Amino acid sequence: MKSRSAPVTVPKVLTGIRGFDDITAGGLPRGRTTLVMGGPGCGKTVFALQTLVNGARRDKEAGVFVAFEEETSQIVANASTFGWDLPALARKKLLFFDARLSPDAIKAGEFDLVGLLGLLRSKADAMHATRIVFDGMDVLLGLLDNPAAEHREIYRIREWLSETGLTGIITQKVGGNNGDHRYHFLQFMVDCVIMLRHQVVDGSAFRNLRVIKYRGSGFSADEFPITLTAAGLQLTHRGPTELTYAVSDERISSGLSRLDHMLQGGYHRGSNILISGAPGTAKSTLAGLFAAAACVRGERTLYVSFDEGAAQIVRNLRSVGIHFAPHLKSGLLQMLSMRSRGPNVVDQFGALRARVRDLNPRCLVIDPLSALSTNATHLALADAAHLFLDFLKMEGITVVNTSLVDGVGTDEVTATAISAIADTWIQVSYVVQDGERNRALTIVKSRGTWHSNQVRELTLSSEGVTLADVFIAQGKVLMGVARWEWEQEEQAGAKRTHVAAELKRLQLQLAQAEAAARLEVVRTEMEARSAEIAVLADATGSASTLLKTDRAVLRKMRHADEDVRPGAHTAPRARAATVGRRRVH
Amino acid sequence: MGTAVRRPAKLWLRLYVAGQAPNSVRAIGNVKAICLEHFASRHRLEIVDVLQHPQRGLTDGIIVTPTLVKLLPLPVRRVVGNLSDTNQLLLALTSTGNPAPIPRRRRL
Repeated sequence: MKSRSAPVTVPKVLTGIRGFDDITAGGLPRGRTTLVMGGPGCGKTVFALQTLVNGARRDKEAGVFVAFEEETSQIVANASTFGWDLPALARKKLLFFDARLSPDAIKAGEFDLVGLLGLLRSKADAMHATRIVFDGMDVLLGLLDNPAAEHREIYRIREWLSETGLTGIITQKVGGNNGDHRYHFLQFMVDCVIMLRHQVVDGSAFRNLRVIKYRGSGFSADEFPITLTAAGLQLTHRGPTELTYAVSDERISSGLSRLDHMLQGGYHRGSNILISGAPGTAKSTLAGLFAAAACVRGERTLYVSFDEGAAQIVRNLRSVGIHFAPHLKSGLLQMLSMRSRGPNVVDQFGALRARVRDLNPRCLVIDPLSALSTNATHLALADAAHLFLDFLKMEGITVVNTSLVDGVGTDEVTATAISAIADTWIQVSYVVQDGERNRALTIVKSRGTWHSNQVRELTLSSEGVTLADVFIAQGKVLMGVARWEWEQEEQAGAKRTHVAAELKRLQLQLAQAEAAARLEVVRTEMEARSAEIAVLADATGSASTLLKTDRAVLRKMRHADEDVRPGAHTAPRARAATVGRRRVH
Repeated sequence: MGTAVRRPAKLWLRLYVAGQAPNSVRAIGNVKAICLEHFASRHRLEIVDVLQHPQRGLTDGIIVTPTLVKLLPLPVRRVVGNLSDTNQLLLALTSTGNPAPIPRRRRL
């Protein structure tokens, strides 16, 4: 963008034409002459008239419209489409002066505009007018039919304007690359030159505006697309080269809690979200969820649909449990149905922009954005879409765009133009598997937020929309019935495992009981043995004592002398007893 | 061409001028000369200065100056210019058929 940053010294007058006042840093030069050139149907008259109307309506500046070519009643009738209410303005603030020379008039020598300018001056003074338009200067100059006279009259007008201090706009038809002296001369004479151009690209008509010169002021010298909207002409421009939007950390719900979870809390406020996918992948449903959620939060929402009537969308969404009716009734939700094959893409975005300004929504749905690409060159669409999304971002409007991807494959190319500038890109696709077609949702990207990389299955029913986990088995993503079977299988498997564990536990308990029982047998047996041992020991002890006693009794009875050797008479017997006891054990 | 057809009806002309603008001054001279030469005393000439009387100019739809309007005899005829083209002027003042239109430059 070529932009001269010279200090603005020239006083200016706002045209009120959106975008134009921005690129010229304040509008047209006040008290000077501006030339608006262009071929037929470029919007010269509209530009001039709109400047007058805006001046009258906004700045309470009266204006005079001098029509050299068209009948004034016709101009007023044509402008009625813009809703400017010219008849009311014409009574107080605007004068339409029919300056068409009667076609029956005969020319007999040179004439001039002294009288006309005198008349206009008296009128302008009486009205305290500050702006004047000379519409169709080429017609007047054509009548003069003499370069010298033309130059003279152009001079005269310029002088007159500077004398009266009126801000003048002269419109002038040109065709193609006109080398006519008249246009060059006019361009030199005036302080500001604006060129309007009408061109047809791939069957679509585009209007452009370019400021060619502007004395004493900086301006943007680029060619800008202009559109004719219901409110008049508007110019689309990129705004300052530096992007300076306010960025919000606020999250707003997508209308689907699972999706919010996947996005760490939902969409960012003021971001643009692209939902792309093949026909029937529930793009509109996701957009509808978002719109309904916005309305529930009490936010004004605009739902723009292409080639599908509002009533049809409301009905379709109702079938999946999304109810627009109460929001439409409360006025929070506005629906706008447009035809995709209408005016060119720039005009469509222009119309859309105007509606957005009118309704001032917090949330916006465009379903589908790609409808516009059917009658636009790729570049033109991308450019227009880019500018539009840029505008929404400036306004802090959260927008969900859907984009139709041709074919049923996973072609992600078509949406590239828009996806590059999308903050969040959600892709919905079909997965065909085991004789079924299921919907899969993935988040391709989401700026400034962690997001799940998982594929989720999107299911629709009259109760609503759900996102389900999908399973991977043998390297395949399982969805639909396969997923259900997998879930059933998993449940059955878990049950089997549980039963097996219980069985094992019982078996072990049994084994434990058996072991305990065996232990009891052994212990009892041990007790029995111990008892036996005790009995045996007792018996042995008695026998030995008996033997000693017996022997002593016997010796006494025999009267034998005492063996004097210590232990001589007991040792052999003790030895024998030991041997005998051993034998017992 | 150029032959004045004398008619019994009185000629009523009104010339709209813009102050002392050269074309206006010349037109006044030209119209007076023509009247004197071709219509003698059977004419009435009004001169309106639109700078002095803008409302009259506005009401009568005067766009360029000078403009001569032939009010009588009918049909009403308008002639623009300083009236130096005597042939065109006489044609306008005397003919009753369709006037020669102003040659227009090819539309661009």
